[in-house]
Amino acid sequence: MLDRSSNLVTLENAGLNRGGAWLVRGVDLTVRGGEVVTLIGPNGAGKSTTAKIALGLLAPDEGSAKRAPGLSVGYVPQKLSIDWTLPLSVARFMGLTNRIAAAEIKEALDLVGIAHLAGSEVRHLSGGEFQRALLARAIARKPDLLVLDEPVQGVDFSGEIALYELISNIRTSLGCGILMISHDLHVVMASTDSVVCLNGHVCCQGTPHAVAESSEYRELFGGRAAATLAVYEHAHDHTHLSDGTVQHADGSVTEYCHPDDGHHHDDEHGEADHAG
Amino acid sequence: MLDDFFVRALLAGVGVALVAGPLGCFIVWRRLAYFGDTLSHSALLGVVLAFLLQINITLAVFGVCAAVALSVLALQRNASLSSDSLLGMLAHSSLALGLVALAFMSSVRVDLMGFLFGDILAVSHLDLAVIYIGGGIVIAVLFFIWRALFAATVNTDLAAAEGLRPDRANIVFMLLMAVVIAISMKIVGVLLITALLIIPAATARQLARGPEQMAVFAAILGAIAVVAGLFGSLEWDTPSGPSIVVSAAALFVLVLLPVVAISRRRAPAERRSSL
Repeated sequence: MLDRSSNLVTLENAGLNRGGAWLVRGVDLTVRGGEVVTLIGPNGAGKSTTAKIALGLLAPDEGSAKRAPGLSVGYVPQKLSIDWTLPLSVARFMGLTNRIAAAEIKEALDLVGIAHLAGSEVRHLSGGEFQRALLARAIARKPDLLVLDEPVQGVDFSGEIALYELISNIRTSLGCGILMISHDLHVVMASTDSVVCLNGHVCCQGTPHAVAESSEYRELFGGRAAATLAVYEHAHDHTHLSDGTVQHADGSVTEYCHPDDGHHHDDEHGEADHAG
Repeated sequence: MLDDFFVRALLAGVGVALVAGPLGCFIVWRRLAYFGDTLSHSALLGVVLAFLLQINITLAVFGVCAAVALSVLALQRNASLSSDSLLGMLAHSSLALGLVALAFMSSVRVDLMGFLFGDILAVSHLDLAVIYIGGGIVIAVLFFIWRALFAATVNTDLAAAEGLRPDRANIVFMLLMAVVIAISMKIVGVLLITALLIIPAATARQLARGPEQMAVFAAILGAIAVVAGLFGSLEWDTPSGPSIVVSAAALFVLVLLPVVAISRRRAPAERRSSL
């Protein structure tokens, strides 16, 4: 069994060059167990490329990408189309890369809200349903590391929030690390431990709070993106200091957030916001 | 019983069909129909090489098919051509090369028709042994790499990210294809091997609810087509290889008939509403 408290994936100054152009360059990134790291950035910023380097699907032309030995991964790719010639039920799809017990399949499908579709053919699912199935499949593997490339694309609004909450809960219940790519800035900022803002290079990175404060972020996404964050920036019980340490409500300072710390929004308050 | 040429033909045909069915499913899923053609066309080159070098025909065909299959993989990885152009190029170059090489063999008379359309009624005891041992190995290996190969068929990146080595599975699959072409060439001939791979799988697609079920159905449907085709050829004195393919096609049409189609469509509807 892998020690999940150590670094699951580490990118050091990683870059990928295709045909003389750098798709992404100089990426430093670490994902630990129980931590959600989110990649944000405009289209073509190299988010998916960075995720693929982290997964080992692309070898970096510069720098290094290290994965903990024996690391098990659950991956939700950005694009996946099931050829219609494949007779494939949702339940069978869940066991695509390893055998998974029927009870665990049901449990995972329940979590994402499509348990009733277990017997349906995958190619008959709607976009949002398929996205849920992809997420369920990755979760059901109970991996050390989840890599989610725009995991809620095409999911309806209320489902979107529920799924982000689910993702946020999973890292606690499974203790896994999560590397996520997302465009939903407001949610990302609320449920992430660390944000890496990419634009061909790392434009800024750190805690959501620090990133949102940075001028690079404001330049890239505009003032409105920073404003959306404010909605979620209330009643946190700890503050991330500029040197990366965390000051808690009782005044103590630690190196990282702890899973039982309040996150960047008050849970009850957050729920009320979502419901409304 | 094995001394009867017809019994040997039945056993050989069924043996090949049982192997071709599951592999044919991957041909259908991966849209590689043209790939089957490419390999079987290059089989002729293998036959000619076997005569020139005085080596075993099955081995020579396997060698040439494996070389072509692996070069397809290598070219696909870094060529700027689409797969179908690549396959078309390789298929006809190797077929032409085979025919040109054939012209150099003035001393040996080769029954070209036998290789193009098969000669199942001339199956020997040795052929039978080759089919069942070779076929047994193919099925065993396919069983072993099934999950990785199927996951790679759905999405290569996903399979690789989750630790399944899709590259290795793809290479093994190419080699299995070469084995199947080599052992089935004598049964239906170079021109019709692809039919034996694709038609039973396509028929099974209409009936199956899962990938594993489709593979089993394809094997059974292929075996039925062989038996029906051989008895038909005995009854009406028609060429055996083409008769097998015709009966496989007839099975496909049968499955498409309205009666079968309607009862099939009703079943999943009921199942879904009961959930």
